[in-house]
Amino acid sequence: MADKKKIHFTLNGRPVDVLAEPRELLIHVLREQLGETGSHIGCETSHCGACTVDLDGESVKSCTVLAVQADGAEILTVEGLAKNGQLHPVQEGFMQEHALQCGFCTPGIMMRAYRLLAENPNPSESEIRVGLSGNLCRCTGYQNIVKAVQYAAAKLGASRSPG
Amino acid sequence: MINDRAIVRLADESEFTAEVTKMAATPAQGEVKDNLIGIGHARKRKEDPRFIQGKGRYLDDIKLPGTLFGRLVRSPYGHARVKSINTRKALAYPGVHAVITANDLKPLKLHWMPTLAGDVQAVLADEKVCFHNQEVAMVIADDRYIAADAAELVEVEYEELPAVVDPHKALAPDAPVIRDDLAGKTDGAHGKRTHHNHIFTWEVGDKQATDRVFGEAEVTVKESMTYQRVHASPLETSGCVASFDKVKGELTVYLTSQAPHVVRTVLAMLSGIPESKVHVVSPDIGGGFGNKVPVYPGYVVAIVASIVLGRPVKWVEDRIENLSTGSFARDYHMTGELAADKNGRISALRVHVIADHGAFNAAADPTKWPAGFFSICTGSYDIPTAYARVDGVYTNKAPGGIAYRCSFRVTEASYLIERMIDVLAQKLDIDKAEIRFRNFIKSGQFPYRSSLGWDYDSGNYSAALKKVLDAVDYAGLRKEQAAARARGDLMGIGIATFTEVVGAGPRKTCDILGISMFDSCEIRVHPTGAAIARFGTKSQGQAHETTYAQILATEIGISSDLIQIEEGDTDTAPYGLGTYGSRSTPVGGAAAALAGRKIRQKAKKIAAHLLEASEDDLDWAGDRFQVKGVPDQFKTMTEIAWAAYNNTPDGMEAGLEAVEYYDPPNLTFPFGAYLCVLDIDRRTGETKIRRFYALDDCGTRINPMIIEGQIHGGLTEAFAVAMGQELIYDDNGNIQGASFMDYFVPTAVETPHWETDYTVTPSPHHPIGAKGVAESPHVGGVSAFSNAVIDAFAHHGVTHLSMPHTPWRLWQTIHGLGLDK
Repeated sequence: MADKKKIHFTLNGRPVDVLAEPRELLIHVLREQLGETGSHIGCETSHCGACTVDLDGESVKSCTVLAVQADGAEILTVEGLAKNGQLHPVQEGFMQEHALQCGFCTPGIMMRAYRLLAENPNPSESEIRVGLSGNLCRCTGYQNIVKAVQYAAAKLGASRSPG
Repeated sequence: MINDRAIVRLADESEFTAEVTKMAATPAQGEVKDNLIGIGHARKRKEDPRFIQGKGRYLDDIKLPGTLFGRLVRSPYGHARVKSINTRKALAYPGVHAVITANDLKPLKLHWMPTLAGDVQAVLADEKVCFHNQEVAMVIADDRYIAADAAELVEVEYEELPAVVDPHKALAPDAPVIRDDLAGKTDGAHGKRTHHNHIFTWEVGDKQATDRVFGEAEVTVKESMTYQRVHASPLETSGCVASFDKVKGELTVYLTSQAPHVVRTVLAMLSGIPESKVHVVSPDIGGGFGNKVPVYPGYVVAIVASIVLGRPVKWVEDRIENLSTGSFARDYHMTGELAADKNGRISALRVHVIADHGAFNAAADPTKWPAGFFSICTGSYDIPTAYARVDGVYTNKAPGGIAYRCSFRVTEASYLIERMIDVLAQKLDIDKAEIRFRNFIKSGQFPYRSSLGWDYDSGNYSAALKKVLDAVDYAGLRKEQAAARARGDLMGIGIATFTEVVGAGPRKTCDILGISMFDSCEIRVHPTGAAIARFGTKSQGQAHETTYAQILATEIGISSDLIQIEEGDTDTAPYGLGTYGSRSTPVGGAAAALAGRKIRQKAKKIAAHLLEASEDDLDWAGDRFQVKGVPDQFKTMTEIAWAAYNNTPDGMEAGLEAVEYYDPPNLTFPFGAYLCVLDIDRRTGETKIRRFYALDDCGTRINPMIIEGQIHGGLTEAFAVAMGQELIYDDNGNIQGASFMDYFVPTAVETPHWETDYTVTPSPHHPIGAKGVAESPHVGGVSAFSNAVIDAFAHHGVTHLSMPHTPWRLWQTIHGLGLDK
């Protein structure tokens, strides 16, 4: 065990200070210290993506990011997706298109979809599938997840277009 | 539409509910059905708002004050004697509270535990380990990091023993003895044991008659096939939080369990704590697929630790533990034989299975069924004579034998017959669709008694297959295949026309540890006309909160949006056997319908009283009782609910509640016709799925959106099993790859596009005609993929290839046939 380090970052728009050991994983700090349990642990080896969060504008798997690496970062998790009581179009799309079943992978996949659509606002089906290939889902077979991302892309596109 | 509005109003559910309340209280004529959102409606899921906002409550999200963390020390060997365990260094590590070994459990008689299959399983290794990663000790510490550190400090001295991982070799006279604890025990839970690694022999059917038919048959075929060891690998691993209250003497266990009530009974029996003081709660579950049916050693040790330390103890598997020690599925080594005439009309089926159960027989089947419902292996075909024998065998592999997204051993059975009928078709050069039409049980034959004793409730197999063949232009595909073959390309067309047997089950044949496999529903209608219903089943993603409410909406005339569904808390839910084997709709759904009808019966009496009419003069109109011929004289369920609490007829007690414990008269038999078209690259062995068309018949359809979602998921898991999943062991019993690096779980990139279709053949014995659906796509899908791969090589005389059909294996086949030249 090593001395704990003081870490400061922004979580869902709110500044937070935590103490964490240098070896402590970001997912554990988020879930256990900060009580944001929406991001999940599915494999601890970066394969499943259930722990995906947005860190400084990139999708990261928070089970393989050390908390100290997040010092000074801006982090967005599933808990920060909805704004002012309005669901984000990605969340809306997941419900509308029945893109979740057990819900365990869902926060990670939605966070990845959120970033994917920021990087590529009009992805093709194949770009969506490749873009989500770092996230595993055991329940849905992905087909409705693709539809959900398309739904969100259309809705985000409509909100961007003038008039 | 109420339903669409729900989506934008998720953030404030109470506002939404208030609106619906208003609407339900004053239904306009003609809007009844829409307002109820009952059976047949593609209702959006009630579960989704919490899951999409990160507010699900899964096991690892539960944080009780003062919680300690458990970490298991596991065996690095497949077979070894434990010579000593030294816990001194681990105990001295700061933050460690205890290190528990078998010796600590012995005074409590908890170092071994009974399994569902009538065997015993070591909770912590007692003198020897019998499989790689077997549980040896548990460290209890302040946090998971300290627990992991200290687990490394537990020193275990082993003496390695020869291991056996092949179930055929395990039956050799000089094979290593895996279970020293069974020395001299020749009586197993299912009859005589004939060898030290033999568990049971289970026979069904008429052997003599079958042998006679084979002796006289015009044509016979025989094929050996292995259904590999696979794992359900739900994305959430298993775990528990055990919390013993020393003052009250009460034990609370939060647990990733598909069957919390049975777990409570087992815990009460094992611990001696009265069952009323054992509280088992299954929170939201991140996928189960059968993997979360068993009681795992980690649960037991965490519970003991909590009792001893008086603190909550959390134990959660990591992925490697889940894949290498959580119950596996299949490992069935099958030989099938068919006897037929020259026209392909089958006269008999003969099957022999060597079933690898691992080191302990912890298979999860109803007690009287050591090979599950494997005897459904005559499938959708009218096979007059059959015989099947299954020999259960111990090996130095992890224990298990769960039903991975299927009813008990039904995937194995379906795979066997769907493969064998293809083998017969190839032998006789009959088209693979045509041979199925020739052998189907005809729609006029239902209810149909199979030669292995099942009473199929309903079916229309020919119609289903015909619909699929028309949809895909089957004749055109076969022409295309002929052209592809002429070019030297490998194109395969796979058909599976499966029948499942689900919804265990009738109490005369089905029990778990002596408890009949009923299931239950308890409804309370509140004064304002909203209701809560609780069930003995437990959803793991199947959306029970959505669909049970739809059944009830149709039965009791209250909008499903006003019906709250709860499961998983053994303190509040009525006793039930849980969710697996597609039993929720066949059993729990039936309980819902019948409990609803009890509510309606009482409601009718109240309505008659309010309307000053005779009950006989009232008609049920979906959400109200109205006077026959006078439709403006009515009382809605909302009005009746209010009256139930202030204006009941003389002599009637207040309230509007009902409970139903449903004992199904029979199982249900969902079926389907699947067709897969694929191309195999003859340079690389890579397979590209061109098309997958799945027609399912699950009887009455409760929520088409959810059914389609379940089918997508089941097909994807079928794709995974057929094309890539396998738990491999080396000869020393080391598991070769138990992470998602090695174990195949398809991503969105590999997963095919699914086309779905349906027919509706209701179950005649189910109150609403529903049969269950979520497992059918897995059962039928595996065979369809495998049949398609093998069909791609059929013109080269190939009759069978072992799963999983990975590029490497297929390349070997291609290379062996010289097709890559």
